Amino acid sequence: MSTAQGAITGDGAPAIIAVRDVVKTFGAVRALDGVNLAVPPGIVYGLLGPNGAGKTTLIRILATLLRPTSGRVEVAGVDVVANATAARTRIGLAGQFAAVDGYQTGRENIEMVGRLYGLSPRQARRRTEEVLDGVDLGQAADRLVRTYSGGMRRRLDLAASLVGRPPVLYLDEPTTGIDPANRMELWGLVEELVAGGTTVLLTTQHLEEADRLAARIGVIDQGQLIVEGTADELKDTLGGSVLELATAEEHETTAVQVLARVAGDEPAYDAERARLRVRAPDGSRTLIAADDVFLSLTGHPTGQAPPAAAEAHPGSAPQGRPGQPAGAGHTPGGPAARPASEGQRR
Amino acid sequence: MTSTVDPFATGAATPARVRVTALDAVRDTLVMSRRNLRRTVRLPQLVVFATIQPVMFLVLFNYVFGGAISQTLPPAAGGAYINWLMPGIIVQTLLFGASQTAIGLTEDLVGGVVDRFRSLPMARSAVLAGRTLGDLVRNVGVMTLMLLIGFVLGFRAQTSWTGLLAGVALALLFSYAISWVMATLGLLAKNPEAAQSGVLLPIFPLVFASSVFLPTTTMPWWLQAFADNQPITHVVNAARGLMLGEGALPAGHSVTGQVLVALAWTVAIGLVFAVVSVAMYRRAVQ
Ligand SMILES: Nc1ncnc2c1ncn2[C@@H]1O[C@H](COP(=O)(O)OP(=O)(O)OP(=O)(O)O)[C@@H](O)[C@H]1O
Ligand SMILES: [Mg+2]
Repeated sequence: MSTAQGAITGDGAPAIIAVRDVVKTFGAVRALDGVNLAVPPGIVYGLLGPNGAGKTTLIRILATLLRPTSGRVEVAGVDVVANATAARTRIGLAGQFAAVDGYQTGRENIEMVGRLYGLSPRQARRRTEEVLDGVDLGQAADRLVRTYSGGMRRRLDLAASLVGRPPVLYLDEPTTGIDPANRMELWGLVEELVAGGTTVLLTTQHLEEADRLAARIGVIDQGQLIVEGTADELKDTLGGSVLELATAEEHETTAVQVLARVAGDEPAYDAERARLRVRAPDGSRTLIAADDVFLSLTGHPTGQAPPAAAEAHPGSAPQGRPGQPAGAGHTPGGPAARPASEGQRR
Repeated sequence: MTSTVDPFATGAATPARVRVTALDAVRDTLVMSRRNLRRTVRLPQLVVFATIQPVMFLVLFNYVFGGAISQTLPPAAGGAYINWLMPGIIVQTLLFGASQTAIGLTEDLVGGVVDRFRSLPMARSAVLAGRTLGDLVRNVGVMTLMLLIGFVLGFRAQTSWTGLLAGVALALLFSYAISWVMATLGLLAKNPEAAQSGVLLPIFPLVFASSVFLPTTTMPWWLQAFADNQPITHVVNAARGLMLGEGALPAGHSVTGQVLVALAWTVAIGLVFAVVSVAMYRRAVQ
């Protein structure tokens, strides 16, 4: 079986997006530092990471906008560097900032994109109606885009990415700056697309979003994929593990109080090493647990600068495994989340 | 490269384009130029820039300088400065107009629309070719307006209609070549503010140190040496020769010879900068 680089995803399925050992440097900045990723077809894959983690850089490489410094990337079996045009017929991109034209109407924007995908004028017109209705912009189609609200622009951008019916769709922080009602609508749309067979790679800083939409989640930080698996697996990884936190002495009491609340277990203070140790909540599947995952994996909460070193040691305590007591919703037999560092060469 | 993953097996329609052919490149260029023209018509400052400003220049130069200058002009001008001015100011207007190529391109770059274009299976060259073609079409419109106002002010070609049209065509061709220079400058400048100053600033001395407004004979020797040998002077002289006859040219030049020199400059500038700018645009994806 010859798939993209022979990449097999965690589910044993052949990958539709395959990223191998990708490094991207901007001068001295290592934006991507050896990323490996295999996304099975037909799912939403959530790429979760704080500001500057490298999410946009990875998306831009996958969308042929940037070339990797080293490593290989294939989408739907096509090498994006060697065969960019073929790759472009298979992808749709809604970037972090809406790439729409203020001095054209919504309809003109989408028709133009349709024509540039190679559709005939008639096909482009028909398809434009479909996607504009799909993102609920039919009413505003004939207004200049400069009069659109931020949310409308994002939806128009999404419509533009759908014109070519791409089997692979990249959404870079699609709900940033979107109000809750529009966010729900966008989530519904993504679910519809996936039900129709599209593979969606979505970046987000919001755990709620990844948890809600993504069948698999990868956590990226400082250019490295530090862990990946299903949402449940990620929580299980933490479920059996011990979280270690280094705190300044004067904050110890506060830290103990906060941890006791989220962990549901009494934290112990290891005076010798000046560390707080707490057993992470077993099988908890709440958002707070997800936030713990994030904190423990990246060492800092979403969107904030790293605090004094907080380290997770998934290996320092029994891992969450099938058979071990776990909360509701656990899928026995599923492979545990693999910390990505296992397969990483540094 | 074979794959067991069929990207279109899941209800998605096959995209219409898998490879970009030469015909696709032409179609994409037309689509892009239409998009740029829409923008030109809808942006009020661009409309002003393309209509009122050149007309104002024409009227001011004609009435402010005309009286003092018309006596000193070669007889080929027919005693009216407007006849002398028209071929020059046409070229000047087109040069200023071409700067929009650079500014518009940088606006696309910073606005992120170019990211959209780059992620599409379209001809890479069409982003630039569409921009320069759109600007050429706009220039045809500007040119028509200028000629109409010029006629009202008393401009008459001293040769023939054919001479007039040939002169206009030459000026348009030159402006198209300059659009490619502007595309290159835009890609270098990367943002509209830098493009604005970086492009208009060099145009001013180039336009004034030429035969656009006056014969170069009264300039100091060092300036004249420059003015007589730069492409703008060659193009303006050629257009003037076509519209007013050989008497409008510096001694020892024939209209045909001057037109050939102007064409050589135009083609050389256009080719070099088209190649450079398209290569720069492609390389920007790194
Ligand atoms: N063109 C560039 N030149 C220099 N550095 C860059 C460039 N693009 C990205 N970087 C750097 O690479 C790193 C990753 O940036 P990237 O935009 O991929 O992060 P991100 O995960 O998308 O962040 P955010 O959530 O803020 O959008 C950052 O340190 C950033 O400063
Ligand atoms: Mg980003």
